[in-house]
Amino acid sequence: MRNHVSTLRGDRRRGDAVTRAARIFPLWPLVLFCAMLPAPSMADENLLMARSPLEFPEAMLTLQESIKAHEYVVARVQRVDIGLTQAGYPSDRYRVVFYGNPQEIRLLTREHKELIPLLPLNFSIFAENGETLVVAMNPSFLSLRFTAPELVTRFARWESDVRSILADVQRGNALD
Amino acid sequence: MYVRFLRLFALLLLPTSGSLAAPDGAELFARHCAVCHGTEGRGGVGTPLALDSFLSSISDRFLAATIRSGRPGRVMPAFPVLSNSQVKAIVRHIRGWSGLAGPEDDRTPIEGDPGVGQALFAQHCAGCHGDHGQGGTGTGVAFSRSASLPIIPPALNNPGFLAAASDRMIKRTIQNGRSATPMAGFRHKLSDAQIDDITSFVRSFGDTAPGSTARSPEPLVIRADSPYDLQQTVENVRNAARAGNFAVVRAEHQEYGLVAEGEEDPNTVFVDFCNFEQLYGALQIDPRIGMFLPCRITVVAREARVEIMFINPKALSPLFNNQELDDACETMYQLYAEIVDEATL
Ligand code: HEC
Ligand code: HEC
Repeated sequence: MRNHVSTLRGDRRRGDAVTRAARIFPLWPLVLFCAMLPAPSMADENLLMARSPLEFPEAMLTLQESIKAHEYVVARVQRVDIGLTQAGYPSDRYRVVFYGNPQEIRLLTREHKELIPLLPLNFSIFAENGETLVVAMNPSFLSLRFTAPELVTRFARWESDVRSILADVQRGNALD
Repeated sequence: MYVRFLRLFALLLLPTSGSLAAPDGAELFARHCAVCHGTEGRGGVGTPLALDSFLSSISDRFLAATIRSGRPGRVMPAFPVLSNSQVKAIVRHIRGWSGLAGPEDDRTPIEGDPGVGQALFAQHCAGCHGDHGQGGTGTGVAFSRSASLPIIPPALNNPGFLAAASDRMIKRTIQNGRSATPMAGFRHKLSDAQIDDITSFVRSFGDTAPGSTARSPEPLVIRADSPYDLQQTVENVRNAARAGNFAVVRAEHQEYGLVAEGEEDPNTVFVDFCNFEQLYGALQIDPRIGMFLPCRITVVAREARVEIMFINPKALSPLFNNQELDDACETMYQLYAEIVDEATL
């Protein structure tokens, strides 16, 4: 079902969206139904966030499992809380998880080197009173600044992955 | 033609939409609000909503208007994407926590003396809500703050608050306070007329409310040429970061961790650095800022050209709707710029 939603979303961006909408008329109830399914989101949608009912260690595990299930590599985990605590600022658990697809990143940054500082992408994950919050920039935010069509499509795909990963975290379960 | 077609389709759908599409308030709240206000509305990055003292003092219209306009610059986003029926469903869901109906939405203005109110405000309110009603600093009971710490006083000079709140609501809140929060009632301390004066003063914030903070879009990635080779530039960045009071956390190839060791592209190196005191301060302004972490400058050598790049904090800040963070990002930008200047000198 997820696939349906993202394909249709992609189509809507194109100029012939209405024609297509008409052609796939019988699918509309399905589309509307899918649009009603829970998906973590934000008002302006530039920041994507989710609250997980899980404690930090389990939420972290779910996040990493889901990242891998979406065919990305976890490049590294920045342990912000450890650094803070060692420096004398005690802090609850706070990590930044960097992830990406190496081939994809290499390919994109070869053509567009100004993307280098932005990649790999990351999730911030932090404990909040027995629950866990996860926050990420919406990759499609980058489309405002990088408008090459091949990038825009790529960002849209990343967005749908980030949403799907956050949905896993919100549900507290990476296994669909 | 197709528009007409879609309209027709919408009409066909209408009779069934009651059962098919009745928005589920609990689910909408979980999706859009729980991340900040907590699953049960007990508060988090955002203020608690599931308090009888809150719910008994505000109308449904106040809730709906707050969802619609948010609190610009105070983290609480506006939700133009939600339909009227979705907003209503969320309001019903929030109401369900107390079972208390809100008061009537009475918009009759209160005519106090704002001049007198100003002095009273300075005496009784400014200690928490700020001299100009700008609210407390920090975003709520969040992250390194324990849930038992007091709730941060909201901004009263906020255009979102002033649009949502009626004079009656402001007066009622001053009279009764909100039990289970630091906001005490002033019914026994101040006369009815004095409370009217303060209400009028709070209302007058609307006349001087900070103008639109919309700035022209900032470049997302800042780039500068380095006259040195890759290795020397990296070394310069390290030294400049240290001179700027940062601890250098690591310098690695960009692809570190992504590809097998030894197979990284040798021509792209990032330098991570951190000032933990600043970081601690930043996390208290907004705990969601992980994407800024750690501070990073990337050095890229290609075709005999060496460039320094960094993500412009001022370009990311608008994602957070947090005025305090905007100010902190301005400072961060200056620090980055100094390091780059120093390293390319
Ligand atoms: C990104 C975090 C965030 C999200 C998401 C969010 N809020 Fe808020 N909300 C806040 C903060 C922070 C405040 C307090 C603002 C201040 O301190 O000036 C607030 C204030 C409010 C208030 C006013 C409370 C009062 O005491 O008057 C209401 C009502 C409210 N939010 C409802 C909602 C609803 C409903 C949603 C979902 C549709 C939502 N919020 C989503 C952060 C958030
Ligand atoms: C001890 C600190 C403190 C003092 C003093 C105080 N307040 Fe508050 N006030 C708060 C807090 C905290 C809240 C948020 C309560 C909540 O979460 O519902 C609040 C809420 C409010 C609200 C509702 C804001 C909203 O977003 O809905 C109004 C209006 C208000 N206060 C006005 C006043 C006025 C006027 C005075 C002086 C007569 C005053 N307060 C004094 C701490 C204080």
